[in-house]
Amino acid sequence: MTVSTLESSGNPLAKFLPDHEELSVITAADGFTEITTDRSRVIEVLRALRDRPELDCNLLLDVCGVDYPENEQRFEVVYHLTSLDKGHRVRVRVPVEEEDPRVPTAYGIWKAADWFEREAWDLMGIRFDGHPNLRRILTHEAFQGHALRKDYDPEKRWVLTEAETFVPDWVTESDDEDQFETQIINIGPSHPATHGTLRIVARLDGEVITKAECEIGYLHRCFEKMSETHSWSEVIPFTDRLNYCSSMINGVGYALGVEQMLGIEAPPRAQVVRVILSEFSRIMDHAVCLGATLVDIGALTNFWYFFQPREEIYTLLEACAGGRLTVSYARIGGLAHDVPADFEEQVRYLLGYIPKFIDDVDKLVTTNRIFRGRTEGVGALSAEEALAWGWTGPCLRACGVPYDLRRARPYLGYENYEFDIPVASTGDSYARYLVRMEEMRQSLRIIEQAIDNLPGGPVITDNHHAALPPKPKVYSEMESLIWHFKLIYEGIKVPAGSAYTATEGANGELGYYLISDGKGKPYRIKVRPPCFAIFQAYSHLLEGCLVPDAIAILSSLNIIAGELDR
Amino acid sequence: MRQPDGSSALLTTKLAAMLAWARKNSLWPLPFGTACCAIEFMSTVSSHYDLARFGAEVVRFSPRQSDMMIVAGTITDKMAPVVKRIYDQMAEPKYVVSMGACACTGGFYRAYHVVQGVDEFIPVDVYVPGCPPTPEALMEGIFKLQELIQQGETQYDRLNA
Repeated sequence: MTVSTLESSGNPLAKFLPDHEELSVITAADGFTEITTDRSRVIEVLRALRDRPELDCNLLLDVCGVDYPENEQRFEVVYHLTSLDKGHRVRVRVPVEEEDPRVPTAYGIWKAADWFEREAWDLMGIRFDGHPNLRRILTHEAFQGHALRKDYDPEKRWVLTEAETFVPDWVTESDDEDQFETQIINIGPSHPATHGTLRIVARLDGEVITKAECEIGYLHRCFEKMSETHSWSEVIPFTDRLNYCSSMINGVGYALGVEQMLGIEAPPRAQVVRVILSEFSRIMDHAVCLGATLVDIGALTNFWYFFQPREEIYTLLEACAGGRLTVSYARIGGLAHDVPADFEEQVRYLLGYIPKFIDDVDKLVTTNRIFRGRTEGVGALSAEEALAWGWTGPCLRACGVPYDLRRARPYLGYENYEFDIPVASTGDSYARYLVRMEEMRQSLRIIEQAIDNLPGGPVITDNHHAALPPKPKVYSEMESLIWHFKLIYEGIKVPAGSAYTATEGANGELGYYLISDGKGKPYRIKVRPPCFAIFQAYSHLLEGCLVPDAIAILSSLNIIAGELDR
Repeated sequence: MRQPDGSSALLTTKLAAMLAWARKNSLWPLPFGTACCAIEFMSTVSSHYDLARFGAEVVRFSPRQSDMMIVAGTITDKMAPVVKRIYDQMAEPKYVVSMGACACTGGFYRAYHVVQGVDEFIPVDVYVPGCPPTPEALMEGIFKLQELIQQGETQYDRLNA
């Protein structure tokens, strides 16, 4: 596998690394500083990346494994890091051998490594020495083998029986002598407050949770393996089903990643339509989250209030894309087709229609004593802790960190829109509610500016290496027919290489690490799901909380299983 | 039965038909929602589509209080024992609506961790296609189930005949 490079030396960060002469440090095509090291030095390098003030990588974005069966060292562990203050992004690649696939854990440096390393163990079979709880996370207990290895058959299933279901060790052990007040409760996966697919095992002392452990993977639908068996454009419907509450954002993020690798850009009209529909999706996502939070703590009316404007947004999405929930509207190089003739009219109608519902909920809830009593000071996390756990998005902004990719690394022309980044300071469930409420209003502001400046022109690129030619031309021109045939049969040929692209999803930084080998299908796609990082802190947040607090915290984090488990 | 002119009239029917009529108009759904379809299920019971018009609005998350399981979303091998157990806990007579392509056949997830249709381990009465089905489609599926209940042709009736 070759990685295209802009320059092979002279990376500005290299001189701050320990013994950098012996490391390979380059600037990769996607702007990342790429460090290749072996496993004996990885901890030293990672620690320097975090602690040296010039490097200051305070956010671990992602850890993943990649399998190259032809290489001498078969596996590679890839870390993605960023510095919020300096803005630079770093990728650390660590090749490991097949016979001894071990790497020391990075959990001691960033707590965020916890679940990401467990996932790499589960799906790729890489051991992380010193990890406190290295067991399978996404697949089930009876699963054999490691599914993302290239030699694993994508259709090979293993059956789980009820007797094999996971129970934490500490459930049976007890150092509490009288055991009078101690009991174990199991919440989920089929429990109304877990929204279907999460499981929490908690030990209670009276009503206080003293220990908790989360089990996920109940919706592990093998997105990453499936994407390796489909062509680049066939992956788009799968991305819709990651965070299905705001499917447009996922599709756009993926398309941007592939466009970056192809070196193309969507036409201006497509970019603005993407912005408008992404912001509407953000509003819908926040509406579901807040509606569900309020239902879970007993305020049902607001759920109906929020679902009414959602239906109206669905009508717009249906008019544009044909689907309500899973739209599959983005294409590599633009959009599937142009928006309907009355698009502007419909958007303006929504801009007038939605604020009333936000205001209604605002009046009912924001100063409501019961609601504040249930959420203020509940599930609070400091900014440092939140960063250590890898939090991004509204949950991080509720802790007081104004980090939003639309501002920090603008894409789709977000630098041209005026909007505020709402920030709260307390980091509790109430702060998360406030941030989401304000973000809905800011999204409306962005849409208002975008619809005022909606350019004309095509919605998909005329580069036929990436996008199908228009149908009438396919029927009348030989060359267009050939392009059509080649794209349908062989798929888009993405040049060999890798790129990490991130967009601001409704829950935070949604990253795609794409690897291509130059053939018609993705070699590997790793999604960096925002709520995966957020949810790993949940069991730690619970310790010392009451059981009703657990419910109020869970729904305020907005865990979407499709994205969490992929 | 009181006639419009004030006189009384008798209506003869069979007890089974009477029971079926009562049952089909008061289905209590248990939403086994895991994924995207669950969001469309929420739309179906919300104000706009309002499933209450057809007697099926009493959503219960306890299997012991419900008689219509709506499997809404992908079921994985990890989830399969849970679905089976919840189904077993439901009070009889009980019916299953399989909502969406994943619950019906595994959908486009032909993969190592996905059950290729919930009828692998529980009996299904109505399959609602779509990815996800629109609320109208789910309501159509529930009407079909009501017809089956009236005719005594549900999986439950067949297995206990």
